[in-house]
Amino acid sequence: MHLWFHNARLIDPEARAEHIGAITVEDGQITALDGPCPADATVVDCGGKCLAPGIVDLGVQVGEPGAQHKESLRTAGLAAARGGVTTIIMRPDTDPAIDTPEVLEYVTRRATARTPVNIRAMAALTRGREGREMAEIGLLLDAGALAFTDGDRVVADTRILSRCMTYAAGLGALIIGHPQDAGLSRGACATSGKFASLRGLPSVSPMAERMGLDRDMGLVEMTGARYHADQITTARSLPALERAKRNGLDVTAGISIHHLTLNEFDLGAYRTFFKFTPPLRSEDDRRAMVQAVADGLIDVICSMHTPQDEESKRLPFEEAAAGAVGLETLLPAAMRLHHSDGLPLPLIWRALSLNPAHRLGLAGGRLAVGAPADLVLFDPDAPFVLDRFALLSKSKNTPFDGARMQGRVLATYVAGAPVFTQEAQHA
Amino acid sequence: MVFSQTHLLGIEDLKPAEITTILDLAEDYVALNRSVEKHGRALDGMTQINMFFENSTRTQASFELAGKRLGADVMNMAMAQSSVKKGETLIDTALTLNAMHPDLLVVRHGASGAVNLLAEKVNCAVLNAGDGKHEHPTQALLDALTIRRKKGRLHRLSIAICGDIAHSRVARSNLILLGKMENRVRLVGPPTLMPKDVSEFGVEVFDDMRAGLQDADVVMMLRLQRERMDGGFVPSEREYFHRYGLDAEKLAYAKPDAIVMHPGPMNRGVEIDGALADDINRSVIQEQVEMGVAVRMACMDLLARNLRARRERDRLREAAHG
Repeated sequence: MHLWFHNARLIDPEARAEHIGAITVEDGQITALDGPCPADATVVDCGGKCLAPGIVDLGVQVGEPGAQHKESLRTAGLAAARGGVTTIIMRPDTDPAIDTPEVLEYVTRRATARTPVNIRAMAALTRGREGREMAEIGLLLDAGALAFTDGDRVVADTRILSRCMTYAAGLGALIIGHPQDAGLSRGACATSGKFASLRGLPSVSPMAERMGLDRDMGLVEMTGARYHADQITTARSLPALERAKRNGLDVTAGISIHHLTLNEFDLGAYRTFFKFTPPLRSEDDRRAMVQAVADGLIDVICSMHTPQDEESKRLPFEEAAAGAVGLETLLPAAMRLHHSDGLPLPLIWRALSLNPAHRLGLAGGRLAVGAPADLVLFDPDAPFVLDRFALLSKSKNTPFDGARMQGRVLATYVAGAPVFTQEAQHA
Repeated sequence: MVFSQTHLLGIEDLKPAEITTILDLAEDYVALNRSVEKHGRALDGMTQINMFFENSTRTQASFELAGKRLGADVMNMAMAQSSVKKGETLIDTALTLNAMHPDLLVVRHGASGAVNLLAEKVNCAVLNAGDGKHEHPTQALLDALTIRRKKGRLHRLSIAICGDIAHSRVARSNLILLGKMENRVRLVGPPTLMPKDVSEFGVEVFDDMRAGLQDADVVMMLRLQRERMDGGFVPSEREYFHRYGLDAEKLAYAKPDAIVMHPGPMNRGVEIDGALADDINRSVIQEQVEMGVAVRMACMDLLARNLRARRERDRLREAAHG
């Protein structure tokens, strides 16, 4: 049984190019690029719209187990399919944390049964993400953990982090760090500067991120660990990152789509849907980050999907929970980088699919023969106004509520099977 | 016969010929210990004080027995519960003891180098029974004797030392001794328990147990202290056993006639499978204990001979000047 997508604007992140062409799919895999239509094929006319590798979203929080009222594996899967995300890389900040092979096995088994998209989990670096004792990195790796991270909790004790890195390096395990100086950033909910002062919010200097990154780079150099910084969000961190890469350290970095498309002024009158960890930065920083993505210095763009219920957000800014849902808005928000900041689509897709898949050792993220047919068909120009209550995520905490956006997913395919089509959505 | 040491502080100080001297003499004491009349006279009239600043049962018993079988008066001082608690410094303790005219001082201390410091302050023979993470020379010598008896030689063997290398004085003494005797030493353990740049000691370092055991003649397991298993250096007991615990499956990578050693006390199910530890065809753990007494007799005998000779020289010199 073949599937033949034709008349498609193929976004090829590996070749850094796009062209109108065709893709042949058989048994869930891409078997030909620009080949003829096989005799038995189901033909999909893409109508000149974009066909790209499905997004590999590195760092999605799912509330299961522990906070199913915020997001379950099922709703996260539905939201992902609608957002063109074909692989969810789950964060271990569940309750209990994914810090033993038993919890990992439980989550993986439930996820596979409940989600239409691929879902893989990362595991905690330390037990309970408490930063005190190493988690069972070897057993978790054998059980399928893709990477090790305590999420947005910094392992403050440098000696403990160095031991974790040394141990992980021996196994070739990837560590995902949250570069931040734990002392400076404690209690902060905004970036220090004129705006935070005006609003009277406890704030942290962007320097705290660079100090955290400097420490982690020192440890990487010392231990030989493989390291990915979850979010690099300020211009001050970039020289340290650039230097580490130039010196041959096995280091990559990511950023959330929110830090690429929003800035500190969006907080406005204490709008808690704009509260993030780390906090939104200045416009200068945002622009520097877009440039860093364009230059390939920042490797990965992710949604940092963090579902929060209304009660967690309907609080004074300082007390409100941080984070936003992002699975369904990642693609249209990323189109802002294309439409407003001028980044070409193949380049954006390097950061959305190719680089995260490659960094985690996954086969997807490419338009190539032999790659899994995880694809997203989208119209990069289609305009719409986002209504947060129309989101499939259980939580509706998006900063893009009411925003004018461009870019709609028309269909999402996982291993050649449609998991979302716009027609089905409206039927 | 070559042996010119005043103290036995570490394997580092010994020449290969001195190691052979100790082992050859220990062979005689193995025979003596197996006979009905177990008494030698090498330490007749001498006083041996065992000072253990760290708790020990096995090593202290072994030294005590060795001294008694050679005729010494042996006194045990459990320093962990004594004057140290009252705030006395190590040097004051040493001077106090020195005033009692001991001939042999057997010392275990938790700090690396503490035994060397003590040896500078007393005028008797000092034996290091383990100092911090530095050396435990009699353990390495008894291991060497066990290997030599089982393998028929103590050179050109492939020996894997596995486990907590970083905190182990046994590992340090062993890798120095086995290197001096021209063996191929491999260290196997998680990188968190491997000393930095240890490969520069002329050993091979592995963090994969199977690769490390490949074709080994001797597999030497080390004890992993429980407080190190709790997420600090390795994540958990079960992960440690899974990756570094010696079981039949991992041992199958070594030579078919490879022997299994352990300095004791063992954590069954952590660093070694219980059934393997009891396998009389592979495990030589009980022999190691037996060799321990013989090797310590040999070391004290040789040190006592040098001590007597030195005192005799001093006496003659004094007489000449007097």
